Amino acid sequence: MIFTLALRNLLHDRVRLAVTLIGILFSIVLVAVQLGLYLGSSEMITANIARSNADLFITTYGAKSFEDGGVLLTDRERHQALATPGVESVVPLVVSFAEWRKPSGGSSRVVLVGSDAEDRGLIPWSLVEGTLDDIKAPDAIAIDRSYLGELGVSGIGDSAQAANGRVKIRALTEGIRSFTQSPYAYTTLNRARQLLGVPEDRSTFLLVKLAPGADMAKVQADLAGRLESADVLTKDEFESRSLLQWLFRTGAGLALIGGAILGSLVGTVIVAQTLYSSTKDHIHEFATLRALGSSKSYIHKVILAQAGLSAVIGYVLGMAIALLVLYASRNSSLPLVMTPGLAFWLFALTLFMCSISALSAIVKVTKIDPATVFSR
Amino acid sequence: MTTSSVLHAENVVKELGSGAGLVVAVKGVTLDLVPGELTLLMGPSGSGKTTLLSILGCIMKPTSGTIRIADQSLDGLSAEELAKIRRDHIGFIFQSYNLFPTLNALENVRIALDVRGVKGFAATSRSEEVLREVGLGHRLTNYPGNLSGGEQQRVAVARAIASSPSIVLADEPTAALDSENGHAVMSLLSRIAKEQSRSVLAVTHDPRTLGYADRVVRIEDGRIVGEERRPEGINAPEITDLTKRRKLHA
Repeated sequence: MIFTLALRNLLHDRVRLAVTLIGILFSIVLVAVQLGLYLGSSEMITANIARSNADLFITTYGAKSFEDGGVLLTDRERHQALATPGVESVVPLVVSFAEWRKPSGGSSRVVLVGSDAEDRGLIPWSLVEGTLDDIKAPDAIAIDRSYLGELGVSGIGDSAQAANGRVKIRALTEGIRSFTQSPYAYTTLNRARQLLGVPEDRSTFLLVKLAPGADMAKVQADLAGRLESADVLTKDEFESRSLLQWLFRTGAGLALIGGAILGSLVGTVIVAQTLYSSTKDHIHEFATLRALGSSKSYIHKVILAQAGLSAVIGYVLGMAIALLVLYASRNSSLPLVMTPGLAFWLFALTLFMCSISALSAIVKVTKIDPATVFSR
Repeated sequence: MTTSSVLHAENVVKELGSGAGLVVAVKGVTLDLVPGELTLLMGPSGSGKTTLLSILGCIMKPTSGTIRIADQSLDGLSAEELAKIRRDHIGFIFQSYNLFPTLNALENVRIALDVRGVKGFAATSRSEEVLREVGLGHRLTNYPGNLSGGEQQRVAVARAIASSPSIVLADEPTAALDSENGHAVMSLLSRIAKEQSRSVLAVTHDPRTLGYADRVVRIEDGRIVGEERRPEGINAPEITDLTKRRKLHA
């Protein structure tokens, strides 16, 4: 009967129910979009690190992100790393911003990523046209399909200039997007060095693969001791550092999280206001329940059930709209991400928001004097 | 206190307000309710009858005096403990019915059982049973808005007796009803008292109800000023004139 009474109380005033649901719905959509953008941004920022075949990253000292490492490491560091017990392989990787000159004129920026496919260090992971072998061809480069227009090319076979040399599109990826809005352009290690005009022993990162059974913490400490001018980071540490740089030092992440918090607060206030006024409208019924002998907790459960029902209905509607927004953003430069985990936490947040909203109504009914049933 | 009484009030006093606005609404009332009896508490407006009903129904706490229900003293009980006494022993009928407009007749009765922990099929079948008992077996799914005043009050009666309380307290049960419905409801209350051996106390100033009373308690200015009992052998509706009753107390 608690559920029945809660549902009937909600349905009793359809306009107020609509206002409540719209409040929750907007709140959910806003939070979902903000957190979806946050997740999408995080995924973009860490995608290359996450997909690299490395247990440890050796970076130049203080490198702030994947895109911002400089091309300063030499073969000396590589050999030092290779000589460290527990290290199986050390694969060099070149990453640097580079100017991209469009065939039709004008320029843009790309993040040039140089890595040899046979080293299995970091390869473009979602090729939709062309193969890894195609990228080995002279002047070959792979870019993401979504950036073709922005880079002034139309597809495979088109040429442009990247940094100091000409490149030809030989392969296309799909879904590798860049948070910095400078598209990733994948080529071989030496071709990247040539394009950037850096010596052949230079690299931005050294990807360390550990021998089976090696203790990662010990190897990391040993490497850090040997390589005084470099940082030795686990994947997680490097991802965190990149996220800190792009999301928090630039303020973008804070803006997204701030928007999500604001959305939750607005939703909470709207639901609180409508639940409170609904409780006020039904106060004589709650007083009657109290006079009939119901415990306070029984009445609290009715109000919480109202809040819970609002949460479930609002969440379903909100998520439906959020998923539509998500779908619409799939080809944008900053696609939203929705994971089962985020969907679960959004539901938990909605329930929490509605429960908090119920507090004012619960305080109101706690003060009910059942004697008022005789004064109607 | 009589040996058979289910409710015993002893020297109950209730003060309302404070300071210059202090009003003593009930002034030393002593009263017993026994099973199988319909008692009318009559008095003019402002005489303290509804306040007394609230105190006897464990809704208000007396300023002083003692109340025992089913041999349990109410002294010092918390609001939640008083609510439990109401759940276990008391059924209420209100002047304006106080039905839930969003629940149908059956659900209005079921909710009274639900707060007492009776749920599911047991609650549904008991609700149907009491609604049939009050003659509303054909109106189970009707909402209060689609029921007449008399029918609504009968739903309220069904709600009050659904949990088989030993005491039924009614506040002006006929005040909002026409003559026919008033008699129907009073007849029902009388039957509940007699056939189900409950103590029924109805606060009223409606003279139409006199014929159904086993006992009439008169209250004025917060004090009981008289108590009259129906003579043996006279059936309820046959007597409407107080002068025909045997006066027990001055």
